[in-house]
Amino acid sequence: MQSLINFLLAIVCAPLLIGVINRTKAWFAGRQGQPLFQLYYDLAKLLRKGAVYSRTTGWVFRAGPVVGLAAALVATALVPVGGSPALIRFDGDLVLFAYCFGLMRFLTVLAALDTGSSFEGMGASREVTFSALAEPAMFLALAALVRQTESLSLSGIYAGINLDAWRTSPALLLLVIGTLVVVLLAENSRIPVDDPNTHLELTMIHEVMVLDHGGPDFGFVLYGGAVKLWAMSALITGLIVPAHFGPWSGTLVGLLCMLVIAIGVGIIESVMARLRLLRVPQLLVGGAALSAVALMITLS
Amino acid sequence: MAGILTAIIILLASGLVALLMGGRRSWASYIGSGGVVGAAVLGVVSSTRILWGGGVESLRLAWALPLGELHLSVDGLSAVFLLAVFVMSGLSALYGIEYLAPYCSRKPLGVSWFFFNLLAASMVMVLVARDGVLFLIAWETMSLASFFLVAFENERAEVREAAWTYLVATHLGTAFLLVMFVLMGRAAGCFDFDRFGQLKLLGGNTGSVLFVLALVGFGTKAGFMPVHVWLPEAHPAAPSHVSALMSGVMIKTGIYGLVRVLTWADTPVWWWGYLMVGIGLTSGVFGVLFALAQHDLKRLLAYHSVENIGIIATGIGVGLIGMSFDLPTLVVLGFCGAFLHVINHAIFKGLLFLAAGAVLHETGTRNIERLGGLMKRMPWTGLLFFVGAAAICGLPPLNGFVSELLIYLGAFSGAKSMAALVAAPMLAVVIGLALIGGLAAACFAKAFGIVFQGEARSEQAARAHECGGLMRVPMFLLAIGCVLIGLLAPWVVSVLAPAVECVSGLSLTSVTGQLAMSMRPLTLVAGCGVVLIMLGAGFALVRWRLLRGRDVSTAVTWDCGYVAPTARMQYTASSFAQPLTALFAPVLRTARKVVAIDEMFPAHSELETHTPDVTREFLFRPIFSGVGGLLSRLLWLQHGRLQVYVLYLAIALVTLLVWKAR
Repeated sequence: MQSLINFLLAIVCAPLLIGVINRTKAWFAGRQGQPLFQLYYDLAKLLRKGAVYSRTTGWVFRAGPVVGLAAALVATALVPVGGSPALIRFDGDLVLFAYCFGLMRFLTVLAALDTGSSFEGMGASREVTFSALAEPAMFLALAALVRQTESLSLSGIYAGINLDAWRTSPALLLLVIGTLVVVLLAENSRIPVDDPNTHLELTMIHEVMVLDHGGPDFGFVLYGGAVKLWAMSALITGLIVPAHFGPWSGTLVGLLCMLVIAIGVGIIESVMARLRLLRVPQLLVGGAALSAVALMITLS
Repeated sequence: MAGILTAIIILLASGLVALLMGGRRSWASYIGSGGVVGAAVLGVVSSTRILWGGGVESLRLAWALPLGELHLSVDGLSAVFLLAVFVMSGLSALYGIEYLAPYCSRKPLGVSWFFFNLLAASMVMVLVARDGVLFLIAWETMSLASFFLVAFENERAEVREAAWTYLVATHLGTAFLLVMFVLMGRAAGCFDFDRFGQLKLLGGNTGSVLFVLALVGFGTKAGFMPVHVWLPEAHPAAPSHVSALMSGVMIKTGIYGLVRVLTWADTPVWWWGYLMVGIGLTSGVFGVLFALAQHDLKRLLAYHSVENIGIIATGIGVGLIGMSFDLPTLVVLGFCGAFLHVINHAIFKGLLFLAAGAVLHETGTRNIERLGGLMKRMPWTGLLFFVGAAAICGLPPLNGFVSELLIYLGAFSGAKSMAALVAAPMLAVVIGLALIGGLAAACFAKAFGIVFQGEARSEQAARAHECGGLMRVPMFLLAIGCVLIGLLAPWVVSVLAPAVECVSGLSLTSVTGQLAMSMRPLTLVAGCGVVLIMLGAGFALVRWRLLRGRDVSTAVTWDCGYVAPTARMQYTASSFAQPLTALFAPVLRTARKVVAIDEMFPAHSELETHTPDVTREFLFRPIFSGVGGLLSRLLWLQHGRLQVYVLYLAIALVTLLVWKAR
């Protein structure tokens, strides 16, 4: 029951995270900033619009947003929040979690290539490069958690991260959180990997891939991105908030922690510049190295 | 057994008839291919029955050769591989009729079909032979038949070169097998596989020697790095239905041979599993990296075969480590994942090669950079290639995900273990598979995106048409297979239990017991797959409802307001792969030829990149040229003077006589 409520909460609150990030950035810059619920307004507006499709595109372009959103939702159903288990849980669900985002990315990249635009090709090329490096990093982090908790499902893993785990192996958990933060920033196209606010097609990564999407399609893309950000933040939340709370208080604390993570992302975006594209692989390998160190701790 | 034997006889007979039909060429195609299809149906039915029933059927007959005997048998292990062989040969034969039609006037198609049917028959024979001598005869027939098939377009120099490379590689591999079987035959006193199994020949120190011999011998056929050199040469050179058969199933006979040899081991030595995992991950990562750097569609697919063979080897390695450390979960999950990946790879790689063949058939080029926009001209081929590409990247809900999930599960359960000797290689497997998955997705985004999407980059691509029904039907069936295995995963995996039993040394009940534990994940994965499809369809419906009655228009792709965009301004395959190939440049050693722009009004500039196989260039070429150099010192013996040759003969005879009379 609580799992279902958590899932519904994710569906409803996911766009809020983007709003929190943007408000934080506005506060840092001393601006008024957009309203907290701006993404909701955007989605409502986009869903009311018509659409313009490029003549070059075919069904793959149209499949990209819908399959991407479907995959993001399935992945979200696999992550637990605030101590309650996830809606769907089984041994090895962490692999499905990662590969659902793989599916989402594959379709987004192909939808971008479907337009035949060099800008979108460029974005797609960068996206596959960085994600090919982010994926091992994420699996390293998850493997460290598997070893720590001796469980093969995300729900089991996060049920095993309690105050005892923090007492016995704080270094491991901190290192894993470090990796997951890097993966979160890279996979959700945030600074320092990608700048969601950039205005030059040549320098974009994720934004340029969806240049030709409009109307409801773009709404699906934006919402799918928000859901993905939620699912990945939930991975970190589960580590920061040990499983000691009751169902309702767990949900509440989980939600608060998600908002704190969003504020954290906003702070990172405000105080850092974007890395040069050539430096991004180093960041990702560095992120993976954190978890590799964590694993070495468990092996010794 | 009778069904399999009849299938072999049908294959050989129809091949012979096709050969005799050489004059009436289209009839040769119908008869040759019809025979394969008929044999395939029969074979699929009988091997499924054996796999389903879990029994073993065997047959011993007398034969006239001084060594060995005619001993045939089908157990669960053979049945899994037989299933793949029959399905793929039937479908690629069907495809071959139309694919070979343009060659009708200038090539003796009867010969090609004869060798095709011989290849199918010898692969079946390899899988059912239970005697060393018989096995080697079938193995050699298989190698030679496929050599002649690769050399189909032998008027082209690069095809001759490729066929030659293949012939040399496969015979070097066979040499190792010959030594292995001779050693085994000496130890056992006969060449019977059952006897090898009873004696547990693969134990002790000699066991490790035999294992390494098998690894090199069978690994050459399977395409393990670094003995994979023939794959990227031979697969592009062969006709596409032959590439599909060779890449889909013939290289799997190498895997089969290795696993069959492993059934003669008592408990594997610990480092065997380590070696298999190492070879598997090396083949996987390097295979996909070299695939990324290719411009030739079929060569790219050939490198992906190396990658997938690597994934299979990794699964076997997980199983072996499980056997060495007595962890039945790892044994069952590792081998089960490997076997399922054997079937899966046969299906999606067969599909991809057939689709690439359709592209080649319609456009006349394999060069990715000259294609583009084929989705509009070849919508069915495009859709089917898409399914194959998504499946080979291991994306849910298709079949590739299921087999990779099993290997992941095995590796994660090993990684849980407190023993660092088990956990360390398992962690390597997890990370390696994740890296392979990400890179494979990048590579197939490139292959599908550049070939089928965007606008046509050349005249040939712009003029392409959809291929005919006989070519589409086999691809369609394979694509359905990709989806069905993904959605019926629990059922398919439980059928594999007898095959795992053969090699694992566990009883059937404990294998099914272990598999029962992975049934829940597999059922839920299949369920998630269905939910995924339904959600996607639901959102598409929502969009359709929303857009109904609204203003939906078409326009040009956003081009920053540029007024005269052309198809040549699109991103190319090389530029798409550039960030990754640059990142791994030290491994790939891509050769670049640049005429750079260095003046105010440049008249001409060009960039040419070529990524040769690094082991071929830096390992085998030096060795072979060294050997060639040494042997050329003996050239003075060969000068064409007949009388001196007669003198050689006389000297040889006298020497032998003296040696004998001693």
